[in-house]
Amino acid sequence: MTGLKLRTRKLDIRHGLIDLSHGAGGRASVQLIDEIFRTAFDNPILDQGNDQAAFDVPGGRMVMSTDGYVISPLFFPGGDIGSLAVHGTINDIAMAGARPLHLAASYIIEEGFPLSDVQRIAQSMAKAARDAGVTIVTGDTKVVERGKGDGVFITTTGVGIVPPGLDLSADRARPGDLVILSGAIGDHGVAVMSQRLNLGFETDIVSDSAALNGLVAEMVRVATGSLRVMRDPTRGGLAASLNEIAQQSKAGVIIHENRIPVKPDVAAACELLGLDPLHVANEGKLIAIVAPAAAGDLIAAMHAHPLGRHATVIGEVIADAQCFVQMTTSFGGGRIVDWIAGEQLPRIC
Amino acid sequence: MKHIDEYRDGNLARAMAATIAHEAMPDRHYQFMEFCGGHTHAMSRYGIEDLLPSNVQMVHGPGCPVCVLPIGRIDAAIALAMRPEVTLCTYADLMRVPASGGANLLKAKAAGADIRMVYSTLDALRIAEAEPDRQIVFFAIGFETTTPPTAHAITLARKRQLSNFSVFCNHVLTPPAMRAILVSPDTRAIRVDGFVGPSHVSTITGTSAYQSLAVEFAKPIVVAGFEPLDVVQAILMLVRQVNQGRCAVENQYSRLVTAQGNLIAQRATAEIFELRPSFAWRGLGELPHSALQLRDAYADLDAERRFAIDTLPAADNPACECGDVLRGLTKPAACALFGTLCSPDTPMGSCMVSPEGACAAHWSYGRFRDRARAGAGQVVR
Repeated sequence: MTGLKLRTRKLDIRHGLIDLSHGAGGRASVQLIDEIFRTAFDNPILDQGNDQAAFDVPGGRMVMSTDGYVISPLFFPGGDIGSLAVHGTINDIAMAGARPLHLAASYIIEEGFPLSDVQRIAQSMAKAARDAGVTIVTGDTKVVERGKGDGVFITTTGVGIVPPGLDLSADRARPGDLVILSGAIGDHGVAVMSQRLNLGFETDIVSDSAALNGLVAEMVRVATGSLRVMRDPTRGGLAASLNEIAQQSKAGVIIHENRIPVKPDVAAACELLGLDPLHVANEGKLIAIVAPAAAGDLIAAMHAHPLGRHATVIGEVIADAQCFVQMTTSFGGGRIVDWIAGEQLPRIC
Repeated sequence: MKHIDEYRDGNLARAMAATIAHEAMPDRHYQFMEFCGGHTHAMSRYGIEDLLPSNVQMVHGPGCPVCVLPIGRIDAAIALAMRPEVTLCTYADLMRVPASGGANLLKAKAAGADIRMVYSTLDALRIAEAEPDRQIVFFAIGFETTTPPTAHAITLARKRQLSNFSVFCNHVLTPPAMRAILVSPDTRAIRVDGFVGPSHVSTITGTSAYQSLAVEFAKPIVVAGFEPLDVVQAILMLVRQVNQGRCAVENQYSRLVTAQGNLIAQRATAEIFELRPSFAWRGLGELPHSALQLRDAYADLDAERRFAIDTLPAADNPACECGDVLRGLTKPAACALFGTLCSPDTPMGSCMVSPEGACAAHWSYGRFRDRARAGAGQVVR
């Protein structure tokens, strides 16, 4: 039969569903990868079709990070599990001050999941990666039986390169350093929660999901030697990130409630649901701890970038053996900003 | 946020705090109890303590519905949820309240019990309609505020002939709890000069519910909203009553509370519920006529009767001081378990669970002040 090419019918993306053969490693798997993922991600490294990606890296320090995405609902105002899986891992790389280079993506898909949604997610990942200047160079696809997954789970792993002279780490905050927040908090968590069916709660709030590497590059450019720590306050919100920094740096942090931007509709939704915006997840914001002398230049550089337009100093690092994160309330008193205990749950009255 | 920010205005708060400091007599000590956990939460979250002069102090009261529910009732709810045919619908605050033997609803859920968190009684009704083969039980708790929604759900369930819906009723009443505090020799030993009276509860009951208490025990009561300015203004009103030697029920929360309360809600509640002869409260013990049960006419919707629930008395952890905290006898930080064995991540007592619990509020918002006593560290001003 040499000379004859096997003719395979194209995937019926409009009506087709994932079945177990798509994860079995045979032709159906190859076809799924070719027609959906390879087409969407479209780059020469992936096109080599190897089980790994090989690429040259410049000298210096490399950073690597991995994260699993299990969000429900899969599609939400302002994004979906695909864009989130790209932004989230890029941001984890960027928080080291690094320039992200490449991503690997691994999918666990549930039997019966629509091919159209697989394609929609792949295209969303491709766009998110392209916009951030990052390529998705290798991946894996598995299919689990119906009822053993929740539609799709995605794990992304990224690598990036740290510019010379930069050493960011959560243990480097020192008393006197300033705490900068890149913009309003709580958008992502409220946007996702408002979509969860059992809440039956409608808002126009969209997730802030975004890749922060462009903003970080601008920040690094003006403040390389003065930047101490960067964190993106995702799960657990601003409160968790500040507590992590305080614990790891063995210092206290004091922030000022009236300097923390929260959009009015996010504040209202939190009020209604009994949530504290300080505990609500963000996917496109960062906290930077910086030596005070460099703060002015840093803020100016952030303001010039679309994702840092509302950047502001929200507080400072102080000496505190107990590593408390404290807040002066806009009401005039003081309080602790603690980690949340368990899952953030609604209050009853 | 319109209609919210106005009640959190820092400039007004400072001005009002200055008036309190000016009017509080320097040679007198004022001690008031905030009855509601909502007030406790607001005071901690906004740092109201920092605004008050040192001779005006607050002690916490029992008005946290999750906190006063005795362990035996949680044990009964867990046993109910473990039945294969039952889906237990609950407000989320209850999930981590400690039951006997280190159990709680969250662990029961992990062990396979069908327990679902709902925002409203109507969510539970919807589940009952969608899943006719399951027995849907609503775990009803709370003071007068949460009772009317339960009554409404029962009315709708009857109207829609939902035979798979029932209510495990744990609704309790505010005035008997206030009375228990006022007659208790323990509480009388600490001086309480007056009460910041219930907030949302009073929208239902009206201020008249406390009239006889104010007269009988000669204590001023100021019904106040849950916003921080409400609380500060109520404290000012209490200071003034004390200075003038008055013991009246006053209404700071006049934008929502009337003297008679919500008569429609009261009628709906009375239609469905009647007084229990007695109910065991955590911290306050057995109090006669302090809780509600379903009337005989609604017996078929009463989970206690449908599933023959037997509540056995269960002892609190002997080292846990929630009972004293709930009566204002001690402050959270004075409990030996506070911050050692007991924290919101690993609560030993109920007051460490709900955001309205005095221990959880102090842990989450106020514990940085404790070290001032030890003389170390920097305190926010």
